[in-house]
Amino acid sequence: MTAAESYPEDLRYHAEHDWARIDGDEATLGITWHAVDALGELVHYEPPEEGAAIERDTSYGEVESVKAVSEVIAPLSGEVLQVNPKVVDAPETVNDDPYGEGWLIRIRLRDPAEAEALMDAAGYRALIDEQ
Amino acid sequence: MQTLLRTPLHERHVALGARMVPFAGWELPLQFSGVIAEHRAVREDCGVFDVSHMGEVEIEGPRAHELLQSLLSNDLDRVEVGGAQYTLLTNERGGIVDDLIAYRLESRRYLLVVNASTREGDVAWLREREVRGSDVRDVSDDYALLAVQGPRALERLGLPEGKPFTFDESTLDGIECMVNRTGYTGERGVELLAMSEDAVPLWDAIISRGVTPCGLGARDTLRLEVCYPLHGNDISPDTDAISAGLGWVCALGKDFTGVSELRRVKEAGPARRLVAFVLEEGGIPRAGMAIAGGGEVTSGSHSPMLDRGIGLGYVPAGLAEPGTELEIDLRGRARRARVVRKPIYTREETR
Repeated sequence: MTAAESYPEDLRYHAEHDWARIDGDEATLGITWHAVDALGELVHYEPPEEGAAIERDTSYGEVESVKAVSEVIAPLSGEVLQVNPKVVDAPETVNDDPYGEGWLIRIRLRDPAEAEALMDAAGYRALIDEQ
Repeated sequence: MQTLLRTPLHERHVALGARMVPFAGWELPLQFSGVIAEHRAVREDCGVFDVSHMGEVEIEGPRAHELLQSLLSNDLDRVEVGGAQYTLLTNERGGIVDDLIAYRLESRRYLLVVNASTREGDVAWLREREVRGSDVRDVSDDYALLAVQGPRALERLGLPEGKPFTFDESTLDGIECMVNRTGYTGERGVELLAMSEDAVPLWDAIISRGVTPCGLGARDTLRLEVCYPLHGNDISPDTDAISAGLGWVCALGKDFTGVSELRRVKEAGPARRLVAFVLEEGGIPRAGMAIAGGGEVTSGSHSPMLDRGIGLGYVPAGLAEPGTELEIDLRGRARRARVVRKPIYTREETR
């Protein structure tokens, strides 16, 4: 079942519609409800390799719906610790639960201070309201 | 500024929460509940598509039959009044100006249902070649067209069984319409042609019978699973009917535009062929992607029934046999695919 619109307060957001849940020097990354809604039901996730380095503001993977493909932009730089196998097997998990079961990767942060450039939930909501 | 045309059902689509997109100059629903749910509804029960953007052209007169026999690839001598035929409007090079369905309304009167994006070109093409005694009229604006497709379509509409590619004049809940036993999904079903002003009550009558509203997204995945070509993608004025695998709608024994070129291609064997393929790895092929060895994807998507990437594309004739392994360039990643017999999807019980 497709999730209802929400932007949890405990996450940090990037303008390319990505979220990060920061926990010490690690973070879990995913895409926002707004991104998922624009794409429709996801049918493919092309993840990065575990151990790969990802760079803030650049693409680390792709998500595809029946009609569209979208690059996934890293909100933070780091090393990929884990790819969510559940989303590889069942990409629609992201539609069902974009901030929970539908996370995309876990990374070790290269520079935790990068998080200061990200938005809080209110800032992100204001951004999508403008668009 | 681009002004998009709207069908008489625009308000209904918006009220149902459809995601509207531009398509061939029209604003049409891409999806209502979701492409995959709509696709499954059509395969398992039935769905309704507003295809009022499609064009309708009438050809009437003592020489209407003769005119169409000289311009369309299939043989209209094999169609009686009350019958219909899938056919091609071809150019001198054997290329496909449009693919369409011709309905024989009377012995000297035909209705052609054509693609929205080619409607104006088709009408101009026909008018330029019109002869005395054959009157060509674009009547697209007079009609709405609703396709109700799926194994339970007839049951839900309360319509009797009918032979594919026939039609009759009937009513649905008191609304007069032409009931055409045709479609673009590979399922049983009908296409209902009604006056534009009756579109809303007809739509409401269909929806009230429990038919799922469906958008362009599902229409595309449904037709791709059964390998019906999409004009502008898989076939065009630059692709010939034989290479496209549409030789079965070309009556090469009669005289029509481009027939000598089509006979030549048939005789020599096409250099490339339009094949169906299924991806053997993850990923979704898209139109324009390269196929190793000199081929190109012309339609690609995710098959909701097979749960993997599928597509149509032109490949050199040597790679066209079912079972041949292909390699497709998915944005820099080489992915394995295999040529399969058309259609890609067949219901188990009919296999």
